[in-house]
Amino acid sequence: MKIVREALAGTLESSDLLVRIAPLEDGLELVLKSEVIHQFGPHIEKVARDCLARLGVTQALVVIEDKGALDCVVAARVQTAVSRAVDEWTPDWSALS
Amino acid sequence: MKLRRSMLFLPGANAAMLSTAFVFKPDSIMFDLEDAVSLREKDAARMLVFHALRLPVYREMETVVRINPLSTPFGLKDLEAVVRAGVDVVRLPKTDTADDVHVLEAHVERIERECGREIGSTKLMAAIESASGVVNAVAIACSSPRLIGIALAGFDYVMDMQTERGDGTELFYARCAVLHAARYAKIDAFDVVFSDVNDDEGFLKEVDLIKRMGFDGKSLINPRQIDLLHNAYAPTQEEVDYASRVVAAAEAGERQGLGVVSLNGKMIDAPVIGHARVVLRRASASGVRQ
Repeated sequence: MKIVREALAGTLESSDLLVRIAPLEDGLELVLKSEVIHQFGPHIEKVARDCLARLGVTQALVVIEDKGALDCVVAARVQTAVSRAVDEWTPDWSALS
Repeated sequence: MKLRRSMLFLPGANAAMLSTAFVFKPDSIMFDLEDAVSLREKDAARMLVFHALRLPVYREMETVVRINPLSTPFGLKDLEAVVRAGVDVVRLPKTDTADDVHVLEAHVERIERECGREIGSTKLMAAIESASGVVNAVAIACSSPRLIGIALAGFDYVMDMQTERGDGTELFYARCAVLHAARYAKIDAFDVVFSDVNDDEGFLKEVDLIKRMGFDGKSLINPRQIDLLHNAYAPTQEEVDYASRVVAAAEAGERQGLGVVSLNGKMIDAPVIGHARVVLRRASASGVRQ
């Protein structure tokens, strides 16, 4: 899935996260900022990368500012950001769960 | 007996509330994709609710999603997501006719087939929000075996009636019509939200009214209202004691083969015994009123 424009999803409220995604020519770069990065940083990054992989996103810059979100919120915000950054979005719900 | 006293609204776009609301333990939790979500966040709310529905904590309670009307660009997308996520009940807003439910039901059945969900396992609720909906309440209540209840939604209804919320007089006919339709169809009836969350006295006055009318419960917009509502619906110790005596007398009469049973000199007939059993079931589920 090709990222063609910059997009945002989420908020900076507690228990949420803000995901910014933008086109990148060379590979997938993920930047994570979190108040709980020492305890949960690797896990949050894995959830986000798994979502991106299932959506077939291989070239993008993804910046995540986490405010203590649950895994399901991370997944929802990453998927929403991708859906807003591509040309055509037809959700495959079985792939999103 | 599934109790549906409290149906707590949660804005579908609010990650914090979706992550924590299960701790309040309403009888049913309702994720709102309609009025509580701005137009530009409809897609984000749909995705959040899709994932929230799959959380194990929400599998342990009845989940309801208020989708957008199917006449909008969002309604069918909402339905595709929430039926696949395993929602228990879909709440259709602005239900004016039985055909509105038929259209929804056809889409739900198609999605169930496509995703391999058991046909008929997605239940429905219809929200009545207009004069047309009230006039057609009986037809709406009888429109589908999937319907578990109908709900009156006050704000849109009073706007359609060209009036405003007041002491309840403005809702009197609609409450009676919705309630009778639900009882005729043998489904549940839900009352409107009470929007002033700081007015406990006014809330309890309204709860007392709708409970005496016969409503199963009420839509709520604040978790603080849950305990107040549950307590108001719980029977008193005196009611429980009397109901126990009625049931005991009825069972004794049955054992002795008596056609007519009396308690303290008063005849107990089938409706009295039936009501006593309902009181005991409510006490068993929600305790005794504090």
